[in-house]
Amino acid sequence: MTQLAPNVLRDAACIVGIGETAVCRKPGSGLSVMALQLKAVAAALEDAGLRARDIDGIMPFPNLGRAEAFAASLGCENLRFAATLNLGGASPVAALRMAAMAVATGVANHVLVPGGWNGYSGARTREIAANDVESIPGAAIARDWYLPYGLSAPPQWYALMAQRHMHEYGTRAEQLGAVALAMRRHAQLNPGALMCGKPMTMADYLASPMITAPYRMLDCCLETDGAAAYIVSSTARARDLRQRPVSIMGAASGQPYPADDIINRKDFHRTGLTTAAPEAFAMAGVTPADADFAQVYDCFTFEVIQQLEEAGFCRRGEGGAFVENGAIELGGRLPVNTHGGLLSQAHLLGIGHVVEAVRQLRGEAGARQVKDAEIGVVTGWGDFGDGSIAILRRVN
Amino acid sequence: MGSTEAKLVRPLPLMEGMTKEFHDWCARGELRFQRCRACGEFRHVPRELCAACGSFEWEWARSSGRGTVFTFTVVARALHPAFAQAVPYAAAVIELEEGVRFLGNVVDCPPDDLRIGMPVRVDFEKQTDSITLPVFRRA
Repeated sequence: MTQLAPNVLRDAACIVGIGETAVCRKPGSGLSVMALQLKAVAAALEDAGLRARDIDGIMPFPNLGRAEAFAASLGCENLRFAATLNLGGASPVAALRMAAMAVATGVANHVLVPGGWNGYSGARTREIAANDVESIPGAAIARDWYLPYGLSAPPQWYALMAQRHMHEYGTRAEQLGAVALAMRRHAQLNPGALMCGKPMTMADYLASPMITAPYRMLDCCLETDGAAAYIVSSTARARDLRQRPVSIMGAASGQPYPADDIINRKDFHRTGLTTAAPEAFAMAGVTPADADFAQVYDCFTFEVIQQLEEAGFCRRGEGGAFVENGAIELGGRLPVNTHGGLLSQAHLLGIGHVVEAVRQLRGEAGARQVKDAEIGVVTGWGDFGDGSIAILRRVN
Repeated sequence: MGSTEAKLVRPLPLMEGMTKEFHDWCARGELRFQRCRACGEFRHVPRELCAACGSFEWEWARSSGRGTVFTFTVVARALHPAFAQAVPYAAAVIELEEGVRFLGNVVDCPPDDLRIGMPVRVDFEKQTDSITLPVFRRA
């Protein structure tokens, strides 16, 4: 594969601002999806010390609002760069690289990446095929070849991957449960997490009703209303802004093959991260062992195990053992999803994972702070296994 | 017809192009997949050309209909109204002897008895006058 010199973009751009709304289920946000996102954007602008008209690049999440609408609402009169990446939940982390490309080359000065939805009070992701069959990943393939046989939603598609992994490698329910428990324990330390104050035991996990085997209810992420946003600027500009910048050391995205059909992959366990992670670590000039924490897109528990494997934190097949005995909890070998993740904080489309990584690297994570965190990893997962990853570091 | 009524009907493939051709073979009791005329590679889902060799030349080649369960999920809670009465049901990926995999249902096996590696063979179930789907039975 031909690549740019791996370090062309290393440390060329920084995350300079983050924003997040409150999250909820009932009674719902009471806001439009655009209003909700604009609240997160306002928080990110305030955090960065930027004015809305400084933003000249916008990368909206797929199907949640056009760049033109964001620009018009905010008063960004000189929008020079707009793009949406179609990688589902992997899009916001994938946007880190494209935003870095834009600001490093001068195509834009400050790129805004917003995302948010009424995931609880609005249309439910679990019902996407029933609501709008054309919008599901794989589109006509899923409609013609999966849906007639009863698979209509993400947990069902991904359960096929989890079941095969359990068969080949002996991955056990208690190991999936260890992921759910770690996220829930972290949420107890995050007052902004939906599941703060609602601890969970392994017995609770194992007793939760089966949804689509091997996934129980407590293997599944939350459906919530909420929004988040981040802003990327060149490293040179970042020095003059309000916050301690967080540098993008390396970033990449990738897809499984074929990306539009889960069933007929010769390498059934290959995901986007399988190719993206080595690329991102090479760009960063570090290895997975250098990471002080990882924020891993946790739509379902097994996807955390699979991404830890494909990102190179352990070998394929060893992810189940990797997550046991508190190893991915604060104080363990690799704290994962210190905010509680999609499983126990809220489903903020993966942007929440970026926001938390930045908080950790600024040293602003309060009770859940990873001591002396210098380097952190954040991943995204979307559609039928698209992947994205960024390696971030504290700038001293 | 109200939209609620429509939603309760089992979703069926859109009968056009290669998808229609596949199902027309099913209606005749034959499971066929695309096979590249140049390199002989079988493929599924239908695609315009062979990703292995680039050839646009292909034929519908008959499958033995024999395979094994590669992976599966047992759906305990329906996430689509059309399947609300069907739970618990299993959807299984069948790896056929020709190497292609097909997602389907094993209709004569209780979901709890399904195992990876279990041998199965194809059968067919007529859904409408124009659409017949493949199903699988224990071999």
